Amino acid sequence: MSDTSGPDALAIETLGLSKRFGRRSAVDSINLAVPRGSVFGFLGPNGSGKTTTIRLLLGLAAPSSGGIRVLGRPVPAGLAAVLPEVGALVEGPAFYPFLSGAANLRRLDTADRHAPRSTRAARVDEALERVGLSHAAGKKVRAYSLGMKQRLGIANALLRPRELLVLDEPTNGLDPQGTREVRSLVRSLAAGGTTVFVSSHLLAEVEQMCTHVGVMSVGKLVAQGTLRELRAAGTARIMLRTPDIAAAARVLSGLGLHPEPAGVLQDTDHGGLLSTSPPGHTVAPEDIVAALVAAGVRVQGFGVEDASLEERFVSLTGEGFDVAG
Amino acid sequence: MAARGGAAPGPAARAASASGRPGAWALMGSELSVLFRRLRTWAMLLALAAIPLLIATAVRLTSHPVPPARGPAFLDRISQNGLFVGMTAMLVSVPLFLPLTVGVVAGDTIAGEANLGTLRYLLVAPAGRVRLLLIKYAAAAVFCLTATVTVAAVGVLAGVALFPVGPVTLLSGDTIDVGESLLRSLLIAAYLAVSLLGLAAIGLAISTFTDIPVGAMAATVVLSVMSQVADNLPQLEWLHPWLFSHYWLDFADLLRQPISWTTFGGNALLQGGYILAAGAIAYGRFTSKDILS
Repeated sequence: MSDTSGPDALAIETLGLSKRFGRRSAVDSINLAVPRGSVFGFLGPNGSGKTTTIRLLLGLAAPSSGGIRVLGRPVPAGLAAVLPEVGALVEGPAFYPFLSGAANLRRLDTADRHAPRSTRAARVDEALERVGLSHAAGKKVRAYSLGMKQRLGIANALLRPRELLVLDEPTNGLDPQGTREVRSLVRSLAAGGTTVFVSSHLLAEVEQMCTHVGVMSVGKLVAQGTLRELRAAGTARIMLRTPDIAAAARVLSGLGLHPEPAGVLQDTDHGGLLSTSPPGHTVAPEDIVAALVAAGVRVQGFGVEDASLEERFVSLTGEGFDVAG
Repeated sequence: MAARGGAAPGPAARAASASGRPGAWALMGSELSVLFRRLRTWAMLLALAAIPLLIATAVRLTSHPVPPARGPAFLDRISQNGLFVGMTAMLVSVPLFLPLTVGVVAGDTIAGEANLGTLRYLLVAPAGRVRLLLIKYAAAAVFCLTATVTVAAVGVLAGVALFPVGPVTLLSGDTIDVGESLLRSLLIAAYLAVSLLGLAAIGLAISTFTDIPVGAMAATVVLSVMSQVADNLPQLEWLHPWLFSHYWLDFADLLRQPISWTTFGGNALLQGGYILAAGAIAYGRFTSKDILS
């Protein structure tokens, strides 16, 4: 899965990929490497350039600069050969409201000239069944709920066997049950050898179904790797509770750490200090305690916390509801 | 979503890659079925069908005969021969009704898909941009013919139902029998369909520039009106032979014996020129366009 030898080991590869709209840079020189067979979580807040990247990968938009290879072929030059192997859900589902769910899928299937007519009806039925929409196959899409449209969009991506699935926010509009179903569907597809490239702004979702993660922030790919690598890259934190805040801060600074006040109560009875280890220079926790005690700091509590992926995500992309853009 | 024990594609999907004939023409069939399954398309065809019905009913209900040289050409002949209902209706619908419906269909081609968001799914399928453009235009052309034939056919039916039918005296003075005159009606419908092909190509080109179908439709219809206005300004006489609407009303040549094909040929050539020019614009725009809808 993580065999990265040779260019064909990557399902998606971009080099310095950039897309500018006027003077605004939507995607800024990103180097994606999505191994074949992986479930790659493309994580980032709204407006961080995920969907634009996906449009570039699928040839819907032309890059301003940089190169793209999908399934070993250059994009957009090799699109005609690439796209039949790719199933995609891009920026939400879109259908003809006046056609039924099944008729919509048949319509989109005819657009692929390599899709055989003889198996069309069977493939449409099968795709609808996989997403649990068989009962609504004959219903006009106008009457579909958002969740049903989302399922239909996923069914469209599954009309033919695909080497690569690109799913942009596949759980949007789905209830918790639907979200679980998408997760298990993605897992079963990956187990069958399909590479799945799934974008999301929800960290929990990515953590639950992905083997690899790429994190986007304001058009830049700020981190990329296996889920484990990304977790390990997070810095551990040391939580210290002491009434002797000033003395403790002096000791920690002396050890090369950067103590920051944490917690709401900062009086001498319930003091708290939060210290983040500087990258590449970690002091063993036992040495820190020894140094504190030797300096006469009264230690009320001491703990080492591994960074959660969420903290890592927030530290990479910034916090709050600001939509980058 | 039934996660079936690991296997990625189901049996039918797997069979798809193994056997089966690729359907290169399937998209054309699908395009026509989408076009003719829309309520809007039927509403427009019904409106077109209403024109000969209106004319026939109005003439039938008037007790005194229509004086010659009043109202549209052929109108005075309807009460003697019902076959003129279709011809009158075609003549009446040329300036506005036919271009209006063609403008709606042609303006919707690309912009309508973009507006629905289905354009990105068609292209990712992949439909191929050039193929999609050609198919969209072909479907619009089919609509042009359907529209004009609808007017002609409903006209004939209404004429047969409400008036006596007999041999038709042509502009050249010759008389042709009923079968021959039905054929001439169809020929006029075909002439008008060809006349609208240039406008359809213009609508397609405009449609590649916007994601708002109503805008493309309106622009197309406005252009057709402007072309006709320009065609009526003597100051612009040098421009007249180049206007796509220039030959729209000139189907009288098809009502002579023998048929004079000069206008038909000239018109076809002019429309062909517009198809090439507008097609080139549509191609240039659509093949390089970022699909962000």
